[in-house]
Order: sequence, then structure tokens, then C-alpha cells
Amino acid sequence: MKKSMNGAQILVEVLKNQGVECIFGYPGGSCMPIFDALVDAPELKMILVRHEQGATHMADGYARATGKTGVVLVTSGPGATNTVTGILTAHMDSIPLVVFTGQTITPNLGKDAFQEADVFGVTMPVVKHSYLVRDVKDISRIVKEAFHLASTGRPGPVLVDLPKDVVSNEWKEDFKTEMDLPGYQVKSRGDAKDVTKIAKLLSKSKCPLLYVGAGVVISQAGKLVKKLAETLQAPVTTTLLGKGGFSELHPLSVGMLGMHGTAYANKTVVECDLIMAIGARWDDRITGKVSEFCPNATKIHLDIDPAEFGKIIQPDITVNGDAAEILEQLLPLVKKLETKEWLRKIESWKKKYPLKFPKRGGLRAQHVLAELDRLTKSNAIISTDVGQHQMWAAQFCRTIRERQWLSSGGAGTMGYGFPAAIGAQLGNPKEMVVAVVGDGGFQMTMPELATAAIHKLPIKILIINNRYLGMVRQWQEMFFDNRESGVDMEGNPDFVKVGEAYGIKGFHLRRTGDVTKVLKKALAYNEGPCIIDAEVVKADNVFPMIPAGAALTEMLIDEPPKSRKLEKPVGST
Amino acid sequence: MEEKFAISIYVCNKPGVLVRLAQTFARRGYNVDSLVVSPAHNADFSRITVVVQGEPSTYDQILRQLNKLVDVVHASSHQTTDVVDREMALFKVSVKPEQRAEIFQIVEVFRAKTVDITDQSLIIETTGNSLKIDALEKLLGPMGLVEMVRSGKLIMKRGLEET
Repeated sequence: MKKSMNGAQILVEVLKNQGVECIFGYPGGSCMPIFDALVDAPELKMILVRHEQGATHMADGYARATGKTGVVLVTSGPGATNTVTGILTAHMDSIPLVVFTGQTITPNLGKDAFQEADVFGVTMPVVKHSYLVRDVKDISRIVKEAFHLASTGRPGPVLVDLPKDVVSNEWKEDFKTEMDLPGYQVKSRGDAKDVTKIAKLLSKSKCPLLYVGAGVVISQAGKLVKKLAETLQAPVTTTLLGKGGFSELHPLSVGMLGMHGTAYANKTVVECDLIMAIGARWDDRITGKVSEFCPNATKIHLDIDPAEFGKIIQPDITVNGDAAEILEQLLPLVKKLETKEWLRKIESWKKKYPLKFPKRGGLRAQHVLAELDRLTKSNAIISTDVGQHQMWAAQFCRTIRERQWLSSGGAGTMGYGFPAAIGAQLGNPKEMVVAVVGDGGFQMTMPELATAAIHKLPIKILIINNRYLGMVRQWQEMFFDNRESGVDMEGNPDFVKVGEAYGIKGFHLRRTGDVTKVLKKALAYNEGPCIIDAEVVKADNVFPMIPAGAALTEMLIDEPPKSRKLEKPVGST
Repeated sequence: MEEKFAISIYVCNKPGVLVRLAQTFARRGYNVDSLVVSPAHNADFSRITVVVQGEPSTYDQILRQLNKLVDVVHASSHQTTDVVDREMALFKVSVKPEQRAEIFQIVEVFRAKTVDITDQSLIIETTGNSLKIDALEKLLGPMGLVEMVRSGKLIMKRGLEET
């Protein structure tokens, strides 16, 4: 005979069946029954965070670094609304999360009860799907559906709102109820006819370019991209989120494209005669002015989400399906192209416009990051925050494999980097995890130092500290007559002392001559987290740069002369 | 130039579906002209007919976004020639008994019905395609029309094929 359990126990049972290893959470009144049930499930590691936003970013970092679904558990009202930024971040970058929120008891719903928030309504535009569970009998099915939806197709966050009475009620659950999702289909194989057409288009190209996005990372298609690139002898560019989908050490790699991409990647985009997007969505950071984006190139778009087709640009051909499956279908149909001239041209751009930075005038972020890349042999898991340091890390920390690069691309969420590193380290205890953060963003989620410290996670927190909100300052300098407004981080604490207060090891880094020595010491420290406070020059700018909304041909490869008046960008940000 | 589109949507009969649809339209600047929701043949599902107005360039994108919603089984747009479309309307006309005759003539020509009558007013009921209802509205307008309620457009695909 089936045993009667309460809703919280049923939930915990389904989480175990789903193979959940850890839950990032913060308790409160309405989710107390669930926290109580967790006492009897030590195999589900409960990571107590210091703020619910941190929980969502940790679950996100865990998901990005492992490929598994991140799980969050918080209470109702403010606990639930504090997850919204993290849910948006995951939604924009297609990260599988299941977020459980406590809720007031069902008879109180809609009555402005204590800690009641309509989180189902609040989060609706930023979730892949969501549920408000009204009956204990539905918990098992809904949680199964939530994990299925979060992790399949184009992944994304799913929210499950759990009223306290629903998780307290008893029910004899047999865990056999099937999922009921008649409106949800995922296409994995591409249409064979279209794949043949792509092969034909490729065969005619003399200057092809493979444009690799997060879809390649999600479908673990990196090996197939490599095979395709080598077979065709075609160059490959990766988006910010596609980093790791194709090794940036490979001779066919041109690195990252877009607003702060390499000059040679963007020149390759401008001059290619065919561009094939593999799991990438022609984001505005990449296309710049859409009407002038590759006007003469054949455009091919492979994506698991058909809603991406024609959203920004009109491709010549689209194939709906999983990146790995489509590439498997395509590979037998393609052969080597005549690209010698094309590759030679790209090689000359690489020589002429390398990524570079000034060697004098104080400690440079780029120098620190290039040295980090060298010392870690491009093999560490790197999470970043958002801003100048993120772009410099994207330029100078090269990636060689999938799930090594964790960065908030779509949402551009400050405060993401450090908690994401905590999630990544928990999911990959044996790997080196480095959080590259700015002094601004780090302070948004800094209380999670406690979370990292109590679990003795050997995360290296590299603070690129210029005491400025550098990216905004750069724009003010370039486009707003250098009128600084709200960017001075006066009042920053001594980050090494902050670390000490948590019992965390810290290193000051102030001089160019100390970079190697300090980084080596920090990278070798494994007893717990450590902070490297790199006090870099205050006012430095990220180049190359394509001003927002400008065409790729208007790229500024270097700092323009001060006399040159730049027009205010027309793009969004 | 904005245009009107009729879309039929087959959805799971679950809470929140309508909000998700409405958000899909609102976020892309589409205005909902009419909306009809009713249980489908199978009570686990609902059929929705919605007429929206917006930029034609975003229309394909909207259909794709609708189809992407987990609770949407399918969303499709139809050519007017492929479907039967109907709408029902009620008109309240302020009219004195001595002026009724002229209105009754119009009611007859339009094969409409008078469903309520007082010494000061009439309620007229009609069913037909939207153009017919527009035409009746135009005629009744100067004759004391004080209120109009329209059901919104219903469409059904001709033949055996599913709408």
C-alpha cells in the first residue's frame, strides 16, 4: 500500500528522482514545510545563500558549468521577487533552472496576505514556463514537467509556485503520473532537404564563416563544429556565450565577434560571402546596424527555437533542430572548400590587428587577464560579471572547451559573476574556477562570500578594481564629452580586509611587475576562496569597439584621437 | 501601416494561458481588436479567435512566439477565403413607436431579429460576417443607436481540416 506523504515530502522525492545534487535556497514562512522535508534528505545538499538573487545566479553557474538543471528554493513575497533578476539572466541566456517559490496558503491568494506576491504573474515574461500548484495531487507531475521543460529544447527557467497548504496536505502519491504537455514539441533532427540545400550553398562559398553561439555549447556540439570547420577549412567566430564551442587556440578561430570582438573577427564577418549561424541569434551586439550587416553574404541559420528565424535578419535558409544533430546530418555532405586565399587574408588581419594593450602607465586589466590565461593554460572555468572587465576577459581569457565560460550575455546582469562561480565550483569540485569581477558588480552580491567560505570552495575571485563603473565611464568619455556622471566608486572597501572578515585569504596586486607572482600564489591556494584585488589604472577603455547601432565597418580598432568627435550611438545601449 | 490579422489558437485549458497570449501581443505593440475564448470540442482545450492590429513586419514573429508558448498547441492564421467567419452583435436603438417601421425594414433586409422592445427602445440581434455588422451599424447610427455589443470574430476552417 502506498504511504501517505505531505506535498513537501513528495516534492523532495521527485527532486531525488530527477538526480538533483544541490539546491540553492533561503527559507521563510511559506516554504518551511519544504525545508523541514529536506532534513530527511541529506543527499540533496542545501546551499544556504545570503540573498535570493545569489541563489539564482549560483544555480545558473552550476547549470552552465555542468549542463544539469539548477535548482532554487525560496520563500514567498520578497524571497520570490528577489529571484527575478536571476530568472531574467537565465531566460536571456537559455539556462535550465527550476525555481521553487513558497506561497501563502490558497485561501489567502489574492487577498494581500502577509508575504504574498503574485510571483507567477511577476515572472511570466521572463520564464520559459511557470506553474501555480493548487493541489497536492499535481506536485509530482508538475515537478517532472518543470524539469523536462527547463532542460529540453531551448532550455530556460521554469518557476513553480507552491502554496504552503498544498505542500502541507497529505496524499498517497505513486509517482507514476505522466507528463501532460500537448503543446510542447521539440524538434531535434533537421529537415533532410534543407540540410542538403545548406551543403550546396556551402560548396559554392569561397569566403565562408561559421558563427557559433550558445546553442553549440548547450547541445555539446563543439567536436562536430571542429570537424566541420576542418573539413571545410572555414574560419570560426564565437559569440560571447558561444565561447568554448570552438577552441580559440585553433588556427581557424578568429575569436569573438561583435561590439568588442576582435578586429579580425569583425573584418571576417564584413567580407565573408556566406555566414552560417549555429545556435546563435544575431543579437544586436553582433549585427550592429542590421540593414548593413553582411548585405551580400548568404545567411544560414540553424536553431532549435524556430521563433529566432527572421527575428532580426532574414536568412536565406533556416533549419530547425538541435545543433549536434543537424551537424551530424550535414557532415557527410560537405567537403573541403577553396579557402586558401580567404584564410591567408584572415591571417594577415590577425597579424595587422592583434588584440593589444598599452604596456606602460600602470597595471592593466588586460595584462592581468592575459597572464591568468597563460598560467591556467586557458583551461580554467571563468565566470565574469558585466562591464569592461567582462569584455577584456572575453578577449584575453581564451576558451578551449564547452562549459568553461560563464557570463551574463543577454541580460548583462551585474552581480552575476561571483555567485555563478560558487555554483560552478560546487558542480565541478576538482576544476579551477576563477570569478573575474569588477569592483562595482562584485559589491552587488558580495555577501555570498560567506557562502563560499563555509563550503571552503577554492574559488579565485579576481577583482579588476579601477574604482569606477568603467564601461559607463568609457561611454561618457567617448560620447558624452567626458562628462562623468555617477560612475566614481568612491567608498569602495578594502576588498582584502573584507575577505579577512569572512576568514578568506586575500592578495593585493598593484604593480605590473607583481602580476605573475601574485597570480601564481593565488592560483596555488586551495584551502578555500581567495580574493585578488587587482588595482588597475583608473581610466582605460575597451577596444576594438563598434558603437551601438553602427555598422561593423565603423569599428574603432584603437582609441580614436581626442580631436575626433564621435556621434552618440543610436543603438539601445 | 498597421494591418488587421485574425489568428486562431488552440490552447491547453489551464490558468494563465490568456495572460501569456496577451503579453505576447502587447510586448510587440499589437492591439487586440477582438478576442473570443471558449471550450473546445475536448474540454481539456480551449479555442481562441483573436483579431489583432499591428505592424505586418512583426506578424510572422508573433505567430512563432505564440507557437513557442508551452500551453499553445497551435496558433495559425487563415486566409479569409479558407474560413467561415461569423460575428454576433446586439444594437440598442432609442426609438419612439411611430419611427419603428423604418427600422423594422432594415432588420428584415439584414435578416436580423428584434429581441427586445419598449416604448422608447429596441434591441436588434444579428449574426454574420464582420462586414455585414459594420454595415448595419452604419445604417442604425443616425437612427438613434445608443449601444452596441459585438461578440468578436469566430473563424472555422472550411472542409474537414482542423482550424
